[in-house]
Amino acid sequence: MNILSRMGIGGWIGGAVALALVVLAVAGSWIAPHDPVALDLRARFAAPGTAGHLLGADEFGRDILSRLIYGARVSILIAIFTVMQAMLVGLTLGILAGYFRGWTDRVISVLNDSALAFPGLLLALGIMAVVGASATAMVIALGFAFAPAVVRVTRATVMSIREKEFVEASRVIGNAEGITMWRHVMPNCIAPLTVLATGMFGWVILAESALSFLGLGVPPPAPSWGNMLAAARPFIQDAPFLIVLPGICISVTLLGVNLLGDALRDIMDPRMQK
Amino acid sequence: MTLLSVQDLTVEAGAAQVQVVRRLSFDLEPGKILALVGESGSGKTMAARSILGLMPPQLKLAAGRLEFDGIDLAALPAKELSRIRGARIGMIFQEPMTSLNPALPIGRQMEEALRLHLGLSRAECRRKIVTMLERIKMPDPQACLRAYPHEFSGGMRQRIMIASVMLTKPALLIADEPTTALDTLIQHDVLNLMTELAAENGTAVLLISHDLGMVARYAEDVVVMKNGEAVERGKTRTVLATPSHPYTQKLVDALPRRSEGGDRDETPRKPLVQLDAVRVAYPGPTRLIGKSEPKEVVHGVDLTIAEGETLGLVGASGSGKTTIGRAIVGLETVSGGGIRFRGQPIDLTDPATRSDVQIIFQDPFSSLDPRQRIAEIIGEPLKLDRQLTVRARRDRVRDVCDEVGLPQEFLSRLPHQLSGGQRQRVAIARAIVRCPAFVVADEPVSALDMTVQKQILALIRELQDRHGFGCLFISHDLGAVEQVADRVAVIEAGNIVEVGRRDDIFDRPQADYTKRLLDAAMLLSRSFAGAAPAPASA
Repeated sequence: MNILSRMGIGGWIGGAVALALVVLAVAGSWIAPHDPVALDLRARFAAPGTAGHLLGADEFGRDILSRLIYGARVSILIAIFTVMQAMLVGLTLGILAGYFRGWTDRVISVLNDSALAFPGLLLALGIMAVVGASATAMVIALGFAFAPAVVRVTRATVMSIREKEFVEASRVIGNAEGITMWRHVMPNCIAPLTVLATGMFGWVILAESALSFLGLGVPPPAPSWGNMLAAARPFIQDAPFLIVLPGICISVTLLGVNLLGDALRDIMDPRMQK
Repeated sequence: MTLLSVQDLTVEAGAAQVQVVRRLSFDLEPGKILALVGESGSGKTMAARSILGLMPPQLKLAAGRLEFDGIDLAALPAKELSRIRGARIGMIFQEPMTSLNPALPIGRQMEEALRLHLGLSRAECRRKIVTMLERIKMPDPQACLRAYPHEFSGGMRQRIMIASVMLTKPALLIADEPTTALDTLIQHDVLNLMTELAAENGTAVLLISHDLGMVARYAEDVVVMKNGEAVERGKTRTVLATPSHPYTQKLVDALPRRSEGGDRDETPRKPLVQLDAVRVAYPGPTRLIGKSEPKEVVHGVDLTIAEGETLGLVGASGSGKTTIGRAIVGLETVSGGGIRFRGQPIDLTDPATRSDVQIIFQDPFSSLDPRQRIAEIIGEPLKLDRQLTVRARRDRVRDVCDEVGLPQEFLSRLPHQLSGGQRQRVAIARAIVRCPAFVVADEPVSALDMTVQKQILALIRELQDRHGFGCLFISHDLGAVEQVADRVAVIEAGNIVEVGRRDDIFDRPQADYTKRLLDAAMLLSRSFAGAAPAPASA
């Protein structure tokens, strides 16, 4: 109850967008009016508002609304798994580096900095080129591409928290290092990481679009917002709605997720509690 | 003639219109020093800032007149006000570490006000600045012009700050806790410098402070504030010697003085913690290859703390006193010599010893995990005792909570919902919950208000009488040490210069450094309490 009252207008909007996305992703096959890959050549380039094709149809006459709904599932699942993987890898390495310092830190940091120096998308491209284009490959590739940022933020946060006196107090009490880390350091890292994770969620959707646009993403004919953009590129003059509609989906998702992230950060700050 | 006349000043906060300052009035004559005294949250800083129009955006001037040299400051447009600010009214802030711009050399920062208000040329500015730097006895003023703030210590920075404010010879200087962040010895220097410069230029000073001892020494008139209101005003001497308002009496009473009854029993006790030629060195900055020279901060310190006794460890910041305390509880690695606990080399990996040696940190705002509730914080050490049931643990937490004077309902709260004093009680409760034999108290009261300090010191002493733990009480504040210590050790730059019984150190100091320290502290916190007829002790 009091969590809901503390969300603020941004949190509500963000929450609503996130909820809508989850519903689309889960129940997409029941909601979508058509099969997303069913061809209807008579409806090629049907404008939005055409009977039977609410948001129009693409160059093969596939229903845009259905493709967007199915694409939401693909894009969001990829984003969720990628962020989870990046967080898991990044958090582990970041905490180890930040808490134990010394050689552990030096090795992890040098590797991490080299990874950061390498453009993330290029790294993902490389991995995809080797493994081949599929949703799983994309998650793995993007997960590794995004992990270094998490490592860096986690390491910096941990380093500032481990200097706090309550962490020293925990050691003086006699807690083992693992317990100190788990009980006092980790929970206090969560807030900045939540913001990072939601921001990253948006970046992953963009990266997925970019990779799909380059033809290395989700292989057609399966729809994702990214490859819809890519496929629509030749028709930008004649049927701009083909680009605009998935573009709107991506923008609204990014905005919503970011708003939700800010709200979550506020909610998780103990100082905001009355 | 009055220079600054404040009448019925009222400052309100936010939409709720909470009155932060309520109908405050005072007059300040040219060249005089007036002090606004009060504890944190009394509204003294906001009152002073409202004079310059420097209030945070959520505060607003609700009512009252602010007349400076015949000009109504409250009615002045922002542009006109900024012409007065810096030229005719100067301000010194509390935190010298952040009030100078770290990216600009000192010379550039100092000439800013001169060029802005007096329109002097660069060369003239330089000449004036160098003269001023010579006046405040900066070594090598020319080099100082090109130096950056981080190259100076806190005390030096505050001197530079004062110098740059005084360059324009303002008619009024507002000094907001100008020395709170500094050591006793340096406080003394900085305040002397400030009052000297003010006297030379005929500048009136509005001094804002929580420190009655300091006010007694420097201010002619005083206004005592509580919850935004002036509760008492008058000549400093009269107000402090014969305080009429109960709150002023409480403040005067909280001035540190020697605990009565003198020493506790003199029977020799068994040594509990012994330091033998302890050295501590911090590693130098890490390089890619190899190690740089470590920096030694404690150079072979011998100390003994007996069971049940309090040893006060006094020194300036950077003297290594905190490092010694941290070394005993195992937060720093000893690089030479040894520490013995009950005669044996201390082994903190042994759980029994670990729970026997505890520490209370200086800052109760960072020593408690912001995400844990008070009950969890106090109960956490008990989790390591596997034999305790959940119920026994809860009972013990309640008992300790009573012992440190915390109401039970606080147990379900989070640290940020408590005041500084209450948080420090929580930290103390956590330290004593497993009945340790030895407690290091690292500046446990220096972040607290005077009246709260007194309560916490009394609490520490009371707990010690009851449980008989030995205590190393680390402080830069001689007043606090005088109140709680049985014996005192004075440390200077990593070396112990003097150890002795409390009364010997305070009444018959031997070492030069101790004498200087006492001198400065005497002026600040005891000048007045000593001269005044002792108020009825509560």
